[in-house]
Amino acid sequence: MLLIPCPWCGSRNQVEFTYGGDATLKRPPPDAPVEAWYEFVYLRDNPCGPHDELWLHSAGCRRWLKVRRDTRTHDILASARPDQALPGGEP
Amino acid sequence: MRYSIFSLARNALSRHEHWPLAWRSPEPKRSYEAIVVGGGGHGLATAYYLAKEHEINNVAVLEKGWLGGGNTGRNTTIVRSNYHLDPNAHFYEFSLKLWETLSQELNFNVMYSARGVLNLVHSPADMDAAIRRGNAMCLNGIDAKFLSRDQIAAWIPELDTSSSARFPIVGGLLQPRGGTVRHDAVAWGYARAADACGVDIIQNCEVTGIRLDGGAVSGVDTTRGFISTRKLGIAVAGNSSRLAAMAGIRLPIESHVLQAMVSEPIKPVLDTVVTSGVVHFYISQSDKGELVMGGDLDFYNSYAQRGNLPALEHVVAACLALFPSFGRLRQLRSWGGIMDMTMDGSPIIAKLPVDGLTMTGGWCYGGFKATPASGWLHAYTMARGEPHRLNAAFTLERFAEGRMIDESGTGPKAWAH
Amino acid sequence: MTQSHRLAAGGIVDRSRTLDFSFDGAAYQGHPGDMLASALLANGVHLVGRSFKYHRPRGIVTAGADEPNALVQLARGARTEPNTRATQQELYQGLAAASQNRWPSLRFDVGALNDVLSPLFPAGFYYKTFMWPPGPRWWLKYEHAIRRAAGLGHAPRNPDPDHYQHRHAHCDVLVIGGGPAGLAAAQSAARCGARVILCDENAAFGGSVRGAADAIDGAPPASWIAACVDQLAANGDVTLLPRTTAFGYYDQNLVGLIERVADHLPEPPPFTPRQRLWHVRAGIVVLASGALERGIAYAGNDLPGTMLAGAAQAYVSRYGVKPGTRAVIFANNDSAYGAALQLHNAGVTVAAIADARPQAALFGDHPQRARADGIPILPGSAIVRAHGRLRVAGVDLVSLGGGAARRIDCDLVCVSGGWNPAVHLYSQSRGKLRYDDALATFLPDVAPQAIVAAGAANGKFDLGAILSDGHAAGFVAAARAGFAAPARHAAPAADAVSTGPLLPLWSVPARRGAKCFVDWQNDVTVADVALAAREGYRSVEHLKRYTTLGMGTDQGKTGNIVGLALLAAELGVAIPRVGTTTFRPPYTPVTLGTLAGHEAGADLEPTRHSAMHDWHVEHGARMLNAGLWKRPHSYPRPGESEDDAANREAKNVRNRVGLVDVSTLGKIELQGRDVAEFLNRVYINRWDTLAVGRCRYGVMLRDDGMVFDDGTTSRLSATHYLMTTTTLNAVNVMQHLEYLLQVEWPELDVFATSVTEQWAAAALSGPMARKVLATVVSIDVSNAAFPFLAVGDCELAAGKARIPARLFRMSYSGELAYEIHVPVTHGRAMWEAVMAAGEPFGIMAYGTEAMSTLRIEKGHVVVGPEADGRTTADDLGMGKLVSSAKSCIGKPLLARPALTSPDRWQLVGLTAIDGMIPRGGKLVADPGQAAPIPMLGHVSSWCWSPNLDASIGLALLERGRARHGETLWAVSPLADARVRVRVGPPCFIDPEGERLRV
Repeated sequence: MLLIPCPWCGSRNQVEFTYGGDATLKRPPPDAPVEAWYEFVYLRDNPCGPHDELWLHSAGCRRWLKVRRDTRTHDILASARPDQALPGGEP
Repeated sequence: MRYSIFSLARNALSRHEHWPLAWRSPEPKRSYEAIVVGGGGHGLATAYYLAKEHEINNVAVLEKGWLGGGNTGRNTTIVRSNYHLDPNAHFYEFSLKLWETLSQELNFNVMYSARGVLNLVHSPADMDAAIRRGNAMCLNGIDAKFLSRDQIAAWIPELDTSSSARFPIVGGLLQPRGGTVRHDAVAWGYARAADACGVDIIQNCEVTGIRLDGGAVSGVDTTRGFISTRKLGIAVAGNSSRLAAMAGIRLPIESHVLQAMVSEPIKPVLDTVVTSGVVHFYISQSDKGELVMGGDLDFYNSYAQRGNLPALEHVVAACLALFPSFGRLRQLRSWGGIMDMTMDGSPIIAKLPVDGLTMTGGWCYGGFKATPASGWLHAYTMARGEPHRLNAAFTLERFAEGRMIDESGTGPKAWAH
Repeated sequence: MTQSHRLAAGGIVDRSRTLDFSFDGAAYQGHPGDMLASALLANGVHLVGRSFKYHRPRGIVTAGADEPNALVQLARGARTEPNTRATQQELYQGLAAASQNRWPSLRFDVGALNDVLSPLFPAGFYYKTFMWPPGPRWWLKYEHAIRRAAGLGHAPRNPDPDHYQHRHAHCDVLVIGGGPAGLAAAQSAARCGARVILCDENAAFGGSVRGAADAIDGAPPASWIAACVDQLAANGDVTLLPRTTAFGYYDQNLVGLIERVADHLPEPPPFTPRQRLWHVRAGIVVLASGALERGIAYAGNDLPGTMLAGAAQAYVSRYGVKPGTRAVIFANNDSAYGAALQLHNAGVTVAAIADARPQAALFGDHPQRARADGIPILPGSAIVRAHGRLRVAGVDLVSLGGGAARRIDCDLVCVSGGWNPAVHLYSQSRGKLRYDDALATFLPDVAPQAIVAAGAANGKFDLGAILSDGHAAGFVAAARAGFAAPARHAAPAADAVSTGPLLPLWSVPARRGAKCFVDWQNDVTVADVALAAREGYRSVEHLKRYTTLGMGTDQGKTGNIVGLALLAAELGVAIPRVGTTTFRPPYTPVTLGTLAGHEAGADLEPTRHSAMHDWHVEHGARMLNAGLWKRPHSYPRPGESEDDAANREAKNVRNRVGLVDVSTLGKIELQGRDVAEFLNRVYINRWDTLAVGRCRYGVMLRDDGMVFDDGTTSRLSATHYLMTTTTLNAVNVMQHLEYLLQVEWPELDVFATSVTEQWAAAALSGPMARKVLATVVSIDVSNAAFPFLAVGDCELAAGKARIPARLFRMSYSGELAYEIHVPVTHGRAMWEAVMAAGEPFGIMAYGTEAMSTLRIEKGHVVVGPEADGRTTADDLGMGKLVSSAKSCIGKPLLARPALTSPDRWQLVGLTAIDGMIPRGGKLVADPGQAAPIPMLGHVSSWCWSPNLDASIGLALLERGRARHGETLWAVSPLADARVRVRVGPPCFIDPEGERLRV
């Protein structure tokens, strides 16, 4: 059972959180070409290894956070507020 | 040696000491006409149909571990074609028809057990959707029946059909020809039949790179050296993104872990497959007597083939809400498999934007029941260089074109399908 | 019968009290402290079950969790349970157990015919036959018979009367296993000040030394154990959990424990759960789970009376039971000599010790003592075959160097093939194992999570070494958890025992056709392993799946390593190259009820009630689920059907006035300077033009352009808005908005707060609505003062009370209508006040069914049936709402070719020409064709319109807007129904919307 370090609340049980998917996606500007939107909405790197992802502390402080988690082992490597970079930049 | 009661009896006389290998373990050749990556049901079926239907026998199946060690051996063995949208309905019905004769086709008993798949309905809105789907099935020529609550109560007395249940059962959509298939036998049966057609099945051979030459596939690098080919098919659901990335392709897929479990074996208590969309649960009883059950994903990207307790606890809670008398039974084994979750919940069986490269994958929860049709159509697409009518809709390009096949209507959130 | 095989003294049973129990209907007695298995053995009962496949008679093999054979049906009414291990079921007064998988009786089982026919049933035989005649029907017939033969015990038929609990706990050090290593580890960790949880699967701590004769710190083990446990129990930072099995090791050091709170009692005491599931988040785990003995395969090694040597020893020392009268020991290591000595001292004749090792290896203390005690030792020899039918009667011994077999009569065979550390949890934690050639087994190596193995689980088998390993592991664990060790305490000490080496021996060659069992429960033999290898099932996972090795309820605890060693021999490779199958949770089977905990039955999910729920129930409402909410479907009067009630209610809204509970709508307050900009981005229509005191309907899209949700948003002040969402999407919309505000657009000054549960809401609809309202609210609600889409605060008179309320003039029914929101505590008072005020005007409460009829008549779409996740706003006829002046979520991808195609399914209205539109109907041009029949669309919503006296519906139809006026068929093959329908615009009443603006 994952133990997720919420930057506001500290480490909390996974059942308090809701998954939000890939955190490395960058929302295109509204006038970006449809291809850019297609990539944003549909395509994923889906890495086997460290994955930067969003979680919502839904049954806690209701803040979104970024987590770097290894998808092979489920080891949690770092977490940060959405406006902060995870240590070491993008994986 | 053909398998039959006679060969079994004959071999009994020699104490089974003369059974031949079910498949060889050849050294990989330096070149093949076609290579299939992935020695699960889909890859082995692809190779079998390449040889059988398209006379392409110079084929290798490359498997990084052991045959059937991925999702073929990690599912809940359910087969059905009870889909609403036309492309899915026609595809899965084709698959079900192949299941019906597969034991004879492969001369390997895969134990297709048409014990029925019953989708429980818990509310009027649920009933609308179930009847709409059942009607679509009928119009597509697929068997479907709607059962009332009383019919269900009489048939499956263990189900809590009372109105005091948290999500009362108000009826159910039954596909009588749905059922289960012995999962390992599918990999072994296809492997044996493909091997008999001359296909080289190479276990413990991991593909580490895809080589391109002028925009077309020229071969694969493996842990056992480079092997050249012009036709490369990927059948590695769970790891499709990793293989596609070797050819520089990003897919609309995320990998997620789905857990399943069995109870200790008990005498027959459940003679059909029961599923519930509302409580996210499906259950059947295996021929050994184990109750085989599963539910939702763990809901985070994973390649770990193991999950955590909350998802399992939820599956069991759903089980006991439906079957309150199962509370004193025990969970015997649990395991996890890695699902390719696509952005519309439907598979991709198609050419990829590199010449000579195809894939079958993106199965979400539903890959096992698709195995024969997936292999058949993937082989067709590899051999002909174009899709068959039945997989023409399952392209990679459908997302860019807006032709999603979104059975649940959940939209581009991979883990929600 | 009075416990013929109970020893006069010794063990941990309380001979001062007796407990009555029964097995297969025969009455027996045992003592507190007994397991069912020890009590059966005390009464001379060995035959306890039949095997899975061949229905061979089987006896008690082990004394613990590894038991493959002694599985019984505990019979206690609704509390019956199958497959209970007799070796772990504590005896209680009145316990009634029955054997399984036999008919008509355990001694005479018709199923044993399978054993006679077994030459036809090698591993995997079912893959090779049952394929003729062709066709799925025939396999179903074969399968029916196979299924009846399979399975072990019977599932209960009645709901489980017990309840279960979940607990969450955190500790610095979790010690798994309360034997000598675990106790020593817990003690040293606790001394460092760590918070310790110590669990053990047995009722009493002490593990293998319970009842043993060894001395620890110069005292009998019992007093050392007692002192240890007392000391730990007195420490407030230590939690002791007996009868608790650690079954699963999960991420970030979470370990699942099952505490059997009341399984040792006939039934749980009041207010006590039967079992408790602990989620323990441990700083570090000390795995002191001991070791499991393995057997040696030889012909007839499954006859009742055959036991693992350690088990025989345990029955003598722990339970004071003689498991036989004349024993033969078969071993390849020193540990079995301990059993031999115990049996000898207990008065059992040890006829021979057949030791596979040469004389030179028998220098250990225990072999020497056995020799001194006059026990015959046969070095370099083995059992080649056992004789007997329902109980072992004798064995044939051979010299491994060759020579004739020699028969020795006996009623007990004790086997030891060596010991396997119980590394299951270590492996589950992702720890790596290494193969140890000397011990011929897998040992813990390195682990990425915080876990250390100690004692026998770590490959230590000498008591002194076990104690010091546990002691050291406790300090190591505490240190890694951040606790400094105090001045070192000496480890508990035991006399050193000199031990000879083990000689790996997995099977003894037998004559052809004889069955040598590797997996006792699933009847997997040495020949089956060879067959699998011969046919190419050469991965250890293939072996497992093809032969079912290790797939029984014991999960191969005694047989798996034997099987993979035999496979390695067949393949001519070293054992580590074959490797092990993956260890997966649970370590031992876990009760489903315990996994579910209290979230069972009616508590599977929370049930949400509106503030007016009780009123609805009191007024005869038929309540239905709407997501997690309960909502009134309709309010049938005595003798009235639900449909008639809904029709009456719907008609009353059109003609007079009705009140419906809409509290379940999602309500989100938005505050800040940038709310209008935010709304512009999330809704398809424009919001910067919305004035204070006004509300507006809006539609949200997903990023892929499909309709996500709809609702109204009201501007309460310059910077304060209230959004409503659909009932089903309330949570999703809130999460969506939070995501956008926190992750995508943190620069926007907007705060979102869900207030769904803070406000009760009702909609008052119908031509009389204003008259009703005017009598209860404090503001002017005339059309001029409070026009369509107006919003305002007011007070609502409820008796003498004045309730603060928010009033919204919006309409879902298409009639003159108002929504009234009040703080949730005033919900019922508001409702009753409006109902009372409406009385003179003929007001009726109406439910969701009438609400649905009213909206279908008006052609309002609903998320689900119409907005089904595959429809765009344009499909639903709301293309005009999409503002061209701005972008919004989902708009860019609407440009994709298939989304602008004229062939899309579009919303239309349907009117039945003859008959009723069938539920879930599909639209086709010609229902008479052969399948597959092309489908042009489907009925999304349908109703009987009491106001039009017609069967009408909404549908999604290919090129629907171009088909107005066409006639199609709505068909339901499931209901054998087909009806002609006329296609038209999706609005049946007041298309101009005059009624709602009056």
